[in-house]
Amino acid sequence: MLGALTVLLIYQLVGEVIARRFGLPVPGPVLGMALLFATLIARKGAGDALRNTSNGLLQHLSLLFVPAGTGVMLHFQRLADEWFAVLVALVASTMLSIVISALVLKALSSRKHGGPAS
Amino acid sequence: MTPGIGEIWVYLSTTPLLGLTLTLCAYQAAWWLYQRAGQHPLLNPVMIAVTLLVGVLALTGTDYDTYFDGAQFVHFLLGPATVALAIPLYAQWMRLRKMVFPLIATLLVGSLAAALSAAGIAAILGASRESVMSLAPKSVTTPVAMGIAESLSGLPSLTAVLVMATGILGAITARYIYQWLRIDDHAVHGFAMGIASHGIGTARAFQISEQAGAFAALAMGLNALVSALLLPWLVPWLIGLSE
Repeated sequence: MLGALTVLLIYQLVGEVIARRFGLPVPGPVLGMALLFATLIARKGAGDALRNTSNGLLQHLSLLFVPAGTGVMLHFQRLADEWFAVLVALVASTMLSIVISALVLKALSSRKHGGPAS
Repeated sequence: MTPGIGEIWVYLSTTPLLGLTLTLCAYQAAWWLYQRAGQHPLLNPVMIAVTLLVGVLALTGTDYDTYFDGAQFVHFLLGPATVALAIPLYAQWMRLRKMVFPLIATLLVGSLAAALSAAGIAAILGASRESVMSLAPKSVTTPVAMGIAESLSGLPSLTAVLVMATGILGAITARYIYQWLRIDDHAVHGFAMGIASHGIGTARAFQISEQAGAFAALAMGLNALVSALLLPWLVPWLIGLSE
């Protein structure tokens, strides 16, 4: 587990360094994920330790968002003033983007699998 | 002489122990409730935990910075957890390879729909310019969203909150939307949740299946890239057109 955690941190660190060095618009951890993904493709898979540690971390992924979410208390005043516009925009836009993404992907992928040969 | 509860509180509130313990307790309570209710989406554990924490902090008069001194240790794990998403992603590699074109097309349409509809609706309803700009990157993972908000002259800390709310909303509504649209492909479920509601959507997608989670992680990563490249110039241009 210790080794696997070290691997994850090294990839994050390398991602962070590359992102900053080249002024990339992607955050270090996302770049680290891409690099690890490329490594897994090259090595054809992850070891058991890495798989188990990742599962452990990802099992309670939602816990990791709680500290940032609690930051809502900093913005009560503004949200109280503009709650209607913000709430409608959030709810409508979030649902709309799920609907659009799901429909587009479903249409494009089913045409490729089930439709007439192109 | 034993110290009074007030003195103990003064001591505890200066150490990270309290913020960290409170975060874990609030989350465990939220998780317990969520399990008791058969993982009902309306009882989203992030939302419940945040509500409990805000309540406790308000009652005890603790400010957010003091709390975050402790909670930052949990927050920090987001980095390695994001890297770890490569593992479930790799597990779906065979399926991903066959869907490259549909995934990229969906990504472009979905990211733009997420950003422009949020900014557009808020602008039409008369929200302040700062709020509109802070809303535009709401579907993007927090660190990138905050960067985009900054380049749009929005408020990065407000964006962080809106990003959280978007994630929770997506996690709550997705199941009903898929029932309504009659979509049962877990790859589609995950990818749409990842585009619309980033890491929280991804966390929720992993509760559906590993395949949904992997596609959500992919969508979250790609959406961060596309949004960071497009939104800083596209949003001011569109808002400018409407004024």
